[in-house]
Amino acid sequence: MEQLSGGDMLLRALADEGVECIFGYPGGAALHIYDAIFRQDRVHHVLVRHEQAATHAADAYSRSTGRTGTCLVTSGPGATNAITGIATAYLDSIPMVVISGQVVSDRIGEDAFQETDMVGISRPIVKHSYLVKDPAQIPAIIKKAYYLAASGRPGPVVVDIPKDMTAPDVLFDYHYPETVRLRSYNPAIRGHAGQIKKAMQLMLAAKRPIIYAGGGVIQGNASAPLTALAKKLNVPVTNTLMGLGAYPGDDKQFLGMLGMHGMVEANFAMHNADVIFAIGARFDDRVTNATDKFCPDAKIVHVDIDPASISKTVRADVPIVGPVDSVLNDMLQIFDELKQTMDTEALSQWWAQINEWRAKHGILVKPRYETTSEALKPQEVISTLYEVTKGEAYITSDVGQHQMFAAQYYPFKYPRRWINSGGLGTMGFGLPAAMGVQYAHRDAVVACVTGEGSIQMCIQELSTCTQYHLPVKIICLNNQALGMVKQWQDMNYGGRHSESLYEESLPDFIKLAESYGHVGVRISKREELKEKLTEVFAMKDRVVFVDIQVDPQEHVYPMLIPPNDPSGANGSMRDMFLSKTERT
Amino acid sequence: MKHIISVLVENEPGALSRVVGLFSQRGYNIETLTVAPTEDATLSRLTITTAGSDHVIEQITKHLNKIVDVVKLVDLTEGAHIERELMLIKVRATGSQRAEVKRCVDIFRGQIVDVTASVYTIQLVGHSDKLDAFFQAVGEASILEVVRSGVTGIARGEKVLSL
Ligand SMILES: Cc1ncc(C[n+]2csc(CCOP(=O)(O)OP(=O)(O)O)c2C)c(N)n1
Ligand SMILES: [Mg+2]
Repeated sequence: MEQLSGGDMLLRALADEGVECIFGYPGGAALHIYDAIFRQDRVHHVLVRHEQAATHAADAYSRSTGRTGTCLVTSGPGATNAITGIATAYLDSIPMVVISGQVVSDRIGEDAFQETDMVGISRPIVKHSYLVKDPAQIPAIIKKAYYLAASGRPGPVVVDIPKDMTAPDVLFDYHYPETVRLRSYNPAIRGHAGQIKKAMQLMLAAKRPIIYAGGGVIQGNASAPLTALAKKLNVPVTNTLMGLGAYPGDDKQFLGMLGMHGMVEANFAMHNADVIFAIGARFDDRVTNATDKFCPDAKIVHVDIDPASISKTVRADVPIVGPVDSVLNDMLQIFDELKQTMDTEALSQWWAQINEWRAKHGILVKPRYETTSEALKPQEVISTLYEVTKGEAYITSDVGQHQMFAAQYYPFKYPRRWINSGGLGTMGFGLPAAMGVQYAHRDAVVACVTGEGSIQMCIQELSTCTQYHLPVKIICLNNQALGMVKQWQDMNYGGRHSESLYEESLPDFIKLAESYGHVGVRISKREELKEKLTEVFAMKDRVVFVDIQVDPQEHVYPMLIPPNDPSGANGSMRDMFLSKTERT
Repeated sequence: MKHIISVLVENEPGALSRVVGLFSQRGYNIETLTVAPTEDATLSRLTITTAGSDHVIEQITKHLNKIVDVVKLVDLTEGAHIERELMLIKVRATGSQRAEVKRCVDIFRGQIVDVTASVYTIQLVGHSDKLDAFFQAVGEASILEVVRSGVTGIARGEKVLSL
């Protein structure tokens, strides 16, 4: 058997696991590992400029490909810098493996230089973690880490490796296990047949059904059976922020995103539904508004791989624990076997009602922003972006108004194209995420929709884009403010803009981009928008920073009215602000 | 309502902190916690007593099950079970008190395990309610120190918690 050092075993194990790329940043405790990287060529390494970016890039690599992303950081500050990205992946259930260097074993606990208890600090935000105590265990631990990250409800796994575990002068037999079994970990592989049948019967008897599909459908690669089921039943579909793309955004059965900044027609349909088929979604508070007013007439089917997600905030009438793809396929089969049809008359009434809502309120049918003003509207920038990229781009985003506009005005046709931090809402995610996506899809069009606030949280990555030729396009909706914060201050704090403005301190993004060797383009007029954006996307090999001056006064609407809002009826999914002056 | 949850976990470093962390992280409360290795050296058994609505208990057991190191668990309070706690208690015992305390210990089927001229150290095993009752009986004023092990428990009858 081949004899390898701990560091070499680690790299070999990663290669044998099929890891093509590590996003990382070196430092003392990781130096044996970095030397091992130097000695091999099966696993590539992308040197980011901040460990947070390594985690986001690995995370987005995973989101866009379905393959587990990998990052590598050193101990202490390297490890703590990775924490935001681990939490980001955790809240969106993204498979990722984070390898961190640690001080040598016999210094652990002595407050050694660059020591932090990584396993301890990351514990609440990982699916699982390992501290390597014997180098011989490295291959087995790597195997388990990737298995845990990707199976069941996916999530990040930390492998903390004390420096002595990877020392070059101690050799071990290398063997990479082919399979892995953990007696304490057995994720469901099939939904309960009886429950699935019950769910199907409930759907068949429904008069006002809706499918509410979340990010789990994307993570579970179940878009095809979801679409097939929706088509067979002719049932309306809404997606969560994380689920966008799970159902084709340009299909007429699609009602758009639901929830806080969801479409009126989607939220109304939820509120009035008699059966909600929830799949891979978790009844997040950003979706449900007040749970005691949530969908009063609905019977709820809830399908999820994670039993703890079911009946967590909203009680399910028919809980189904299982992988979303297999459950949907079982549904389809039962449908064929039962040879029953939906109540077509009720359904056509339901559709008539929905289409009426859509005609009246649909923001893609009839844009709610006015385009007569001088200032460019952020919404029209996204619509033009959609046009110019033919709806085919990978769009990453940061967090704020721009994120919501992107979610609303770029109807994603496919899964894994919309890459955003939904659960944690991490500003700084967008640019490193775009790098991870571009790395995985060399020839694809990748755009990062961001704000002048968020982009500055990881802007150093412009340098990484230069080094690795990652020609991402940065679409910065520059509204001169922490727009989402300012919107809340306008709505709830009497317009007092406490610390949400920059007082003329923004950099010249064009010059900044140019200093990294990139192209900078400024857009401020409606007439030039489409033409310039077209030029931007024609520059296939260049990173282009597009600084777009948009109307700073714009708010994101529709918006659910929270419970206890002084404006009266509120708290349910049908209570929404439609603009600064109108409400449902 | 009070629940007693018995949990078998991998005997790995960090396993206990994952369980305890879950409770603090999600705002569940732990009333008592006992941990010890089992006859199978690869497993430890934890007994947790907690209180909460059915919904909260359901979430607790689901989240516990999600922890990778958790192998198996059972909510003992769902069925007939035996529940025990051990208490060591130091009581001032001088003069006429000595006989009084001794009688009380006998009634509660405790044992005096250490004696000095002025202090009895008493061991008492039983249901937590019985231990609480002993407090009352012996009189709070004479109690010098108390230590309780926390609850452990086991199901009655044929039911076993094992792999
Ligand atoms: C790391 C982090 N810090 C703070 C916040 C709170 N926050 C949410 S949106 C937002 C403003 C974002 O500003 P910008 O990126 O310019 O986007 P805009 O809303 O203006 O489109 C802030 C500060 C956050 N989500 N993430
Ligand atoms: Mg802004």
